[in-house]
Amino acid sequence: MEHIISVTVENKFGVLSRVAGLFSGRGFNIESLSVAPTLDPTMSMMTIVTSGDDRIIEQIVKQLNKLIDVIKVVDLNETEFVERETALIKVHTKAEDRAEALRITEIFRANIIDSTPSTYTIEVTGDIKKVEAMINLLQPLGIKELIRTGRVAIARESIRPALAQPKRVAKE
Amino acid sequence: MKLTGAEIFVECLKREGVKTLFALPGGVVLKIFDVLYQQKGLDVILTRHEQGAGHMAEGYAKATGRPGVALVTSGPGMSNVVTALVDAYMDSVPLVCFSGQVSTNMIGNDAFQEADNIGLSRPCTKYNFLVKDVNDLAVTIKEAFYIATTGRPGPVLVDIPKDVSMNKADFTYPGSVSIRGYNPTYEGNKWQIKQAAEAIAKAKKPILYIGGGVVFSGASEEVRELAEMCQIPVDMTLMALGAFPGEHPLSMGMMGMHGTYWANMAVHYSDLVIAVGSRFDDRVTGKVSEFCPHAKIIHIDIDPTSIKKNIHVDIPIVGDCKRVLRELIQVLKATVNGDQKDLRKPWWNQIHEWQRAHPLTYDQDSNGPIKPQHAIKRLYELTKDRAPIVSTDVGQHQMWSAQYFKLSSPRRWLTSGGLGTMGFGFPAAMGAQAAFPDKLVLCVAGDGSVQMNMQEMATAVVHKLPVKVIVINNRFHGMVRQWQDLFYEGRYSSSDLSTTPDFVKLAEAYGAVGLRAKKVSDLDTVIKEAIATDGPVIVDVPVYPYENCYPMIPAGGCNHEMILADSPELKKKMEANGKVTPEDKDTVLTA
Ligand SMILES: Cc1ncc(C[n+]2csc(CCOP(=O)(O)OP(=O)(O)O)c2C)c(N)n1
Repeated sequence: MEHIISVTVENKFGVLSRVAGLFSGRGFNIESLSVAPTLDPTMSMMTIVTSGDDRIIEQIVKQLNKLIDVIKVVDLNETEFVERETALIKVHTKAEDRAEALRITEIFRANIIDSTPSTYTIEVTGDIKKVEAMINLLQPLGIKELIRTGRVAIARESIRPALAQPKRVAKE
Repeated sequence: MKLTGAEIFVECLKREGVKTLFALPGGVVLKIFDVLYQQKGLDVILTRHEQGAGHMAEGYAKATGRPGVALVTSGPGMSNVVTALVDAYMDSVPLVCFSGQVSTNMIGNDAFQEADNIGLSRPCTKYNFLVKDVNDLAVTIKEAFYIATTGRPGPVLVDIPKDVSMNKADFTYPGSVSIRGYNPTYEGNKWQIKQAAEAIAKAKKPILYIGGGVVFSGASEEVRELAEMCQIPVDMTLMALGAFPGEHPLSMGMMGMHGTYWANMAVHYSDLVIAVGSRFDDRVTGKVSEFCPHAKIIHIDIDPTSIKKNIHVDIPIVGDCKRVLRELIQVLKATVNGDQKDLRKPWWNQIHEWQRAHPLTYDQDSNGPIKPQHAIKRLYELTKDRAPIVSTDVGQHQMWSAQYFKLSSPRRWLTSGGLGTMGFGFPAAMGAQAAFPDKLVLCVAGDGSVQMNMQEMATAVVHKLPVKVIVINNRFHGMVRQWQDLFYEGRYSSSDLSTTPDFVKLAEAYGAVGLRAKKVSDLDTVIKEAIATDGPVIVDVPVYPYENCYPMIPAGGCNHEMILADSPELKKKMEANGKVTPEDKDTVLTA
């Protein structure tokens, strides 16, 4: 089964290779991995999408925890979470397809971020189903290039009122 | 006052209580060696190969419980020590290895003798550091020792670029370290411990399955108390030998691929397995799906990743073996209150039956060639009063040593378990000898393995490390030959070592003493003579080459399905092959 694991790590040299080395050395899958610093600049957050049966996922979580540069590991599948991915899609657009491309962009509430007479570059953000649905619809027009960020995910805050007001920590 | 990186390095080692450093110099570490030359209090043992330095540090660590320390140069120095790091990682040996690196401004330029030391060592160390600034050196060394020796121990590498060893910084040694991502669990969960106690109290056929963790955690006393209090038989892994006295009535000896018949039968038919500091290695479990099919499993280990890695566990307890067992014993004392002899009686009757049915045996004809088991058994019997430290190489001789050396205390057994590194034995014995100059240190070696680090005899002679190396000389890669006889129809592909050198002359060439036991009646005298000799000795024991090591669980087989002896056909074939008299061997050897 697919699991999304959120890993807080030291933001320092070589940490990514330790995590990647753990996965390759032990034969665990990585479907996607994204990493960026957190509000605390000494830490980074990784979102790893992996798959395996319960025993393998348990090992992955334990092995990650064992890495000295790993500060915290959360298997998001154990809670409610929201996930997002962004894709940048460059499509060929023959004159007769340009309207169709615009329509699909609109339906998915995506953005055109670059345009030439023969291409559109479209930015789409959403859960994996949405991103993949859009890619499927654009495919017949001819996708020239595609780049995806890999998924990021965050646990949903529980809806008890006392906890419902997150501190305003980041600007929109 | 400002010190150079090299001076800081030496100061830090002294603060860590390091007495002995196993080392081999090179361009980028010359500054460090220069400071080492001018100081007192740190013994530098110059090895002849960096692999030797690594294994010596391992032997030192295994025998003392304190971290072993090695220092090597960049590039080839580093790549040569990698085998020892992998070995130490597999067997949880606390090691701090320092490697030289090209100057920080050259890193990544394919400079002379540059290697990616961090990349090379990442998969085989518990942690590794590249020190980019001399101001970080002291704190890094402190952290390296802390990580190597706490939690589940393991090797740590510190990579020191040349300029870092030359640059100056103010020196203060940190008193303590705290690493937010590293907090080993020492205390076991109380509720789980209670569950374990209840399971033990109820079990009719329990077995303790103890591993190397018992040695590292110093939990031998606790294992003994638990075993005696509840009358539980004790199976030991290869790594645990000595953690429970081999001659204790509750000792079952070694379990696993070449374990005793009764140790393996007992684990297979038990109703409760109490695994302590062991990790269900495939050489122990055999076929995982049929490992102790009737048993509940309690698993005590400091490393959470060891638990439920290969085998389903019913009662997992993460913690330090010693502390968890202490607590478990307290709970049991309050609940079991005393004698479980009656409850366990049928179980022990069964075990004694297994012991009678298939004891460890071999045939030694007093006029025939020396049997390897006999040589090892005599070595054990003639030395046991002196409580020797025993190291082994890898192969048949290692398994026979494990079967016949019934060690009475821990930290006297040095063997490469997880990695099975041929060439480990001799340097490891030297490392132990460096720590305990007055103890008797034996190395039971194979004629194949010993040649992998023979060069260290020069180190042993120069540094007066009087290790006694007993070469069980079967002129084969014996264990390989055994598998070829059992599974490859006797095709001896690359297992024949008949060009083995004359070990007596080889010892003499290094300025050591060489002795040879030519026949059975020589054995005792030669062993005694070796022990009475002051310096390092090689005892060459030409043995019957076609002896196979049993019991044996074929790889992937079940624990209760052991091969106990050569099949009649194989026996006939082995006898036909083996028509070599000791005298013949001698001419072959000296030809
Ligand atoms: C470095 C290394 N290379 C290869 C092996 C595979 N191997 C395992 S046992 C063995 C033969 C060992 O021969 P020897 O040292 O003579 O011991 P014996 O089995 O004859 O007692 C070999 C080649 C190994 N364990 N380690």
